[in-house]
Amino acid sequence: MRHLVLFAQAVPVPRDLELPLPIGEWELKLILVLLFLVHIFFVNLMVGGSLLSVFFEILGLTRPRYDSLAKKIAETITVNKSLAVVLGVGPLLCINLVYTIHFYSANALTGYAWFAIIPLVIFAFLFAYLHKYTWQIWTGGRKRLHVITGGFSAFLFLCIPLIFLTNINLMLFPGKWAEVGGFFSSLQIGNVFPRYFHFLSASLALTGLFLAGWFGRRKFPREKHLPDFTRVELRRLFYRVAFYVSLAQLVFGPLLLFTLPGVGVTGTLYWVILSGAAVVLIVLHILWRQIKMPDEKISRLYIPIWMLFGVVVLLMGTGRHVYREACLVEHKQMIADETARFNAIELATQMSIRAGMGAGEALGGGMTGEKVFQNCAACHAVDRVLAAPSLREVYSLYKDNPAGIVAWSKNPGKKRPQFAPMPSFAHLGDEKLTLVADYILEIASGADSAKSEPSD
Amino acid sequence: MDFPLFFLDFFGNRILIAIVASVHVFINHPLAVGAWPLVMLMEWWGRRKGDADWDHLMYKITFVLFIVTTTVGALTGVGIWFTTALIAPFGIGTLLRVFFWAWFTEWLVFVSEVVLVMIYFLTWKRWLAGWQKSLHIGVGALLSGFSWLTMMIIVGILGFMMGSGNWPEARTLFSGFFNPIYIPQLAFRTSFAMGTAGLFVWFLLYFFTKKHSDLRRRAVRFVSGWMLIWSVPFAASSVWYWQVVPDAMRANVDVGLMTQRFAQWHETLAVIMAITLVALLLAALVGLARPKLIPRVALLIPFILGVWLLGHFERVREFIRKPYVIADYMYSNGVKVSELPVFQRDGILPYSTYVEHHTVTSANEIEAGRDVFLVTCSRCHTTSSGVNAVVNKFENLYGTGPWDDAALTAFINTMHTSRTFMPPFPGNDREVKALTAYLKELQKNRELLFGAQAGWTIRNNNQAQTGTP
Repeated sequence: MRHLVLFAQAVPVPRDLELPLPIGEWELKLILVLLFLVHIFFVNLMVGGSLLSVFFEILGLTRPRYDSLAKKIAETITVNKSLAVVLGVGPLLCINLVYTIHFYSANALTGYAWFAIIPLVIFAFLFAYLHKYTWQIWTGGRKRLHVITGGFSAFLFLCIPLIFLTNINLMLFPGKWAEVGGFFSSLQIGNVFPRYFHFLSASLALTGLFLAGWFGRRKFPREKHLPDFTRVELRRLFYRVAFYVSLAQLVFGPLLLFTLPGVGVTGTLYWVILSGAAVVLIVLHILWRQIKMPDEKISRLYIPIWMLFGVVVLLMGTGRHVYREACLVEHKQMIADETARFNAIELATQMSIRAGMGAGEALGGGMTGEKVFQNCAACHAVDRVLAAPSLREVYSLYKDNPAGIVAWSKNPGKKRPQFAPMPSFAHLGDEKLTLVADYILEIASGADSAKSEPSD
Repeated sequence: MDFPLFFLDFFGNRILIAIVASVHVFINHPLAVGAWPLVMLMEWWGRRKGDADWDHLMYKITFVLFIVTTTVGALTGVGIWFTTALIAPFGIGTLLRVFFWAWFTEWLVFVSEVVLVMIYFLTWKRWLAGWQKSLHIGVGALLSGFSWLTMMIIVGILGFMMGSGNWPEARTLFSGFFNPIYIPQLAFRTSFAMGTAGLFVWFLLYFFTKKHSDLRRRAVRFVSGWMLIWSVPFAASSVWYWQVVPDAMRANVDVGLMTQRFAQWHETLAVIMAITLVALLLAALVGLARPKLIPRVALLIPFILGVWLLGHFERVREFIRKPYVIADYMYSNGVKVSELPVFQRDGILPYSTYVEHHTVTSANEIEAGRDVFLVTCSRCHTTSSGVNAVVNKFENLYGTGPWDDAALTAFINTMHTSRTFMPPFPGNDREVKALTAYLKELQKNRELLFGAQAGWTIRNNNQAQTGTP
């Protein structure tokens, strides 16, 4: 029992939005996972391409043929980064819907960093363009500046996924929200960094595989762009990148799995992730064989490798989803209960108003001038000047003319320079305005001043 | 609203949205919507004349459009979503539930638009002649269509927020599109986009052509002609939109009231519309008659006027929807119309998760008042610095001396009738008293208030530690 009480204090249980989801929850989740995988594919190529481009440009400082390779890699970023952004909007739509409470809460708790994504992406893109379009211009003494430009763009590309990842991670642990004091403190929750490194090496592996096909394809005008490389050489080089980086995943993968907070770890999760890992081993084996193949045979298995990679991505994506669901199932139920509880209160209140009692009374029957005067009391008092002339002054102007007060209230103007203009109260209607006009003249006449001005 | 409260006290939540949205609209209208059809038309013209210099000039202009629209343009669009999700998750979350399919369609159009932008720019120098050039111009035409489509869909969603028609009884997607100001608004935005696109392309021409060249003279005349043609629908749709706006306003406040501020803004809108139109017409006519006469800097005048017009236009449009974030359903502070009586009876703090105090006591009055401020006021107001600070508002009203309790109380209880753009106070009398206490404290001690992004329970934890025996 004591444990329960502590738990209830630590976990915030807010109400959900009232309106139902526009389509079924499972359909939404399916669309979310699939769209997300398409999005993350281009994110991988964007981040990986940016890192590899800078890496090869630095290599190219001493071995010039790598400089032209780096330039060609940089050119692939233009399309991949734009697709990464636009294809991200769809899954963002879905996650906003399926995990409304959790996602928005994580966003708010890391607010500055979350907002910073927008300028960070803008600058990352602008620097990527600058890097690409100054390649032939910033040479010689300016080459260093050029490398730094590319490096800065790559650095920004590295920051953006970290912020996203932190948010997605933070939303899974509502029990920790109370401890969070901004983005940097939320980095310590869950296992953000193992997940981040896992993401980075996946990016490099997928980019390696992509570039092996991109530069290794028959239609690529290699003689024009990369005359110092042979087609086979390019393909082998990027197979190698994909192979060694995937090998590193054998470290990052288990690290990620075993540092996951226990709350969402289930048997199903293990099955899904371990099957994914098994396919990775097959991919590694094939890649190694490809690297060692004689030149004429090297391209044959490109499509099957992609298909296996696709299976891995699908399994890992499913694993993430299984974990997310397991983390949130209890909290979602608590939110649903809390929402139902509140909705019942809301409904009961409305019924009682309809029945003519309770909260509606003040606005309903028994309207008196005194009640209507509440609308005026923010600015007008009997003997004092609050934000407008006192009622004594009003009395002196409208003594026998309540209709004058009604007319003025419906269409007021600005008379005195020291006060802000009075707003119109036409919407109160003639009946109420007449009541209040009579009331004002009554209390301002001096007959009943104590009634409205207890403080005087 | 029952979310952790992101709050920029030193700056203002609303001004953050305003800045992101304004930058987006200023880029989106002239560049993404207006400039593509103009560039496509000029490309076609250059091909008809067999003018390679003209074509290369259009390529350079497209380069600028490409860079700007795929970075600042696209990202500020996504940015509106990011900021509104931070500041008004209740509003954007609810809208998403109503407009999922509209937004989903909009997204597909957006993807197509960006893909077409990339094809259009990246193939320009590859598809130079014959059927390839025709295909390229076709891509430009398709791109123009898709850019306009994204605006068409979004304006429908904006229309929904402003006046729901028969919503919430019939919660359908199309009610937004059947809003009476939808078509005039779309017509205004479209012709505005086309007209100002002319200015923007004209401005760019000066960077890519030589001063006394024939190329510049011809290009300026072409762009001037474009602007002259579009100034006709621009004038017509301005008048049309201006006339229907008060109706939308009346429909929203539903008691036939027009606030003075709105009336004033509405008049200003007419003046700025007229000035912008004259400036645009003048530039177009001089450009046609004396293409070399107008210097680069002078073009900034109608452009800045356009920015001013659009800024004011959006301000009035935003004003129309108040006090709601979704007309007749949810107030701009996230309180649903239907739950208001619950909060007015029981108070809002017992139903707020992310606050320090769930009930007001005499011991915690000021702190509980701060919680009330955060939950009910902070979506639009800052405390004492930043834009729309409550301390400044009350000082304008009551001066700098100590404020009167009864006056503050009366103000809070009736602000929705004296200032109809504000929602009714969603709390009970005890909370009004606490809020009043906090406001008076704030007047004396102008301390910044930090939102959830700085840790929503940091204060709470300290409290708990000191409070625990």
